[in-house]
Amino acid sequence: MRQFLTNGKVRIGLAVFGAFLLIALIGPWLVSSVLGTDPHRIDYDALGAAPGGEHLLGTTTSGQDVLAQLITGCRGSVAVGLLSGVLAVGVAALVGVTGGFIGGRTDQLLTAVTNIFATLPSFPLMLIVAGYMANVGPVAIALLIGLFEWPVCARYLRAQTLSLRGRDFVQALRMVGESRWRMVLVEIMPHLTGILSSLFLRAVVTGVFTEAGLRFLGIGGGDSVTWGTMIAFAQQQEGVVRGMWWWFAPPGLFIALLGTATALVNFGLDEIGNPVLRHSSRAAVRRATAHMAARRDRTNTVEVAS
Amino acid sequence: MAATRAAPVQAPTQLGKYRGPRTGSRAGWTFLLRRLGFYLVTAWAAITLNFLIPRFMPGDPAVALMKNLQQASGTVPNAAAMQAVRMFYGDPQQNLLQQYLEYWKSLAHFDFGLSVSHYPTPVSDIVLEALPWTVLLAGTTTVIGWLLGTLLGAFLGWKPGGRADSLLTPVTAFFYSLPPFWLALLVVYVFGFTLGWFPISGGYDPDVPFQLNNLWFLLSVLRYGALPAFTLIFIGINGWLFAMRNVMVTTVGEDYVLLARAKGLRPHRVMLRYAARNALLPNVSGLALALGSIFGGVIVAEIVFTYPGLGYVLFQAVSSHDFPLMQTIFLLITLGVLAANLIADSTYVLLDPRTREQR
Repeated sequence: MRQFLTNGKVRIGLAVFGAFLLIALIGPWLVSSVLGTDPHRIDYDALGAAPGGEHLLGTTTSGQDVLAQLITGCRGSVAVGLLSGVLAVGVAALVGVTGGFIGGRTDQLLTAVTNIFATLPSFPLMLIVAGYMANVGPVAIALLIGLFEWPVCARYLRAQTLSLRGRDFVQALRMVGESRWRMVLVEIMPHLTGILSSLFLRAVVTGVFTEAGLRFLGIGGGDSVTWGTMIAFAQQQEGVVRGMWWWFAPPGLFIALLGTATALVNFGLDEIGNPVLRHSSRAAVRRATAHMAARRDRTNTVEVAS
Repeated sequence: MAATRAAPVQAPTQLGKYRGPRTGSRAGWTFLLRRLGFYLVTAWAAITLNFLIPRFMPGDPAVALMKNLQQASGTVPNAAAMQAVRMFYGDPQQNLLQQYLEYWKSLAHFDFGLSVSHYPTPVSDIVLEALPWTVLLAGTTTVIGWLLGTLLGAFLGWKPGGRADSLLTPVTAFFYSLPPFWLALLVVYVFGFTLGWFPISGGYDPDVPFQLNNLWFLLSVLRYGALPAFTLIFIGINGWLFAMRNVMVTTVGEDYVLLARAKGLRPHRVMLRYAARNALLPNVSGLALALGSIFGGVIVAEIVFTYPGLGYVLFQAVSSHDFPLMQTIFLLITLGVLAANLIADSTYVLLDPRTREQR
């Protein structure tokens, strides 16, 4: 755990992720009390205004403040991401851990189901289901995303559980006659927290991504603001053709930042889990050799002195 | 969109298990047959999902469809049309099993019904017209993106921690996180709108006669396809680069690479023939796994650039509630993905002689 937090990449990634969570939490309050506006208010004096002056990031064609929408949209996007992430990782844990731990026929069946769901092209499938449900709210979208995103996570968890199942401590518990559920919940699950949290982070970002993609395609109704709806409106109301980059560029950039933060955390986790990747860092090697050289010098001096 | 992180290739655990080349090739065949079986089951699942989704959705899609039909054609649909719609969307009066059999029967006759938004054009006509564009776009960009990404990844992983690696790897992490549709918009804005280098919508020049043996037509296809292709290749490269780099880092430390170096072979030969060749397998199997998600990117790229492929037609179908068209496209995409998977698996057997079912 300490290793986890001293890794620079993990730290930066978690910091960015945390910043977004904070904005999602207090964003609407920030908009109403600090900026003194709301994402839907229309400023008739500044329709499609460029950044600067009263509107720091400009306005949309219909005169809504882009910065206010960006901050409010953070909550919308992150909320969908979190909900879909919880669902995806939950189902994945249920299927993957159960299959990996019980083994045998159950495992074969669950693996087959996982693989089928993983092979089906999920985005068109989501698009079609959403197409049938006219006017899907944010919760329904999140559930839909979670429902189709679990297979990849399930695979990782199953593989990890399989390796845990063979360890000595599990064997020992089996000898003692521990019940299966207690073993899974109390003994196996704690060993999976690292991979679970990494998968969860990735699932959250995938949720944000997919929500934006679906919104972009005009799926979903209501007046909730997310980064996806911002880009979608910019595209529909000719923001691109009119060269209003301040409208569609920031939300996409924010999504990419969130994605990069997750990638950094997972990089760091990979480096901790796979020492080869870590030692491949030149700086680390240099530090280590310098350290060893220093120690050698020290022992040499000690020898000479004695 | 999601990256398939390369799974480490399972090393042969017991040398004693090796039974010589002949059984090896037989093992390859059983592997392929097993995969074929799996894909058949997946295809069945997709077809069944396609059958079930409209029947389990809230409301009666058939009624909505008839309303749309009425609006589109301006006449009250006749009994035969109603019958056709019921066959696809279920008649509440009929039992489910019988409907399922009927559904399979019409599929076997390649009868996908009539499009609602382009009534009364058969769905199959619309789909067949759009199919070549998607195959062309998705196929070429996936292959080019995979090749470039894998090569670049091999190059970066060859000297881990080197200048190129420590600079490019974080940058790719950022590129990899760009939402595809947003990147497409940006490309439209920069190259199409601001610089005006390439046309930003359509698949070919409408002023040139639509003929395959016309050089100008082919050139216009290339010109119109440039921006969507660029977007998709750019998106594709990053994921493969990542995966390849990470596996490459572990292979460059292997003894056989050291031996090759000690023999005094030229560096690029050692890099490509010794290290990269062995690091390649996860990327090949990753290609098979990623095909399904690649379509997400293809669909949005086609929509942004109004490219006349399946993705754009699917988008139009969803926004005009053209259910028969929607479902046929989904079925086609799924079957295409499965076929491509099978091809990737066969390549895998050719590359890895110790192919076995990895449980």
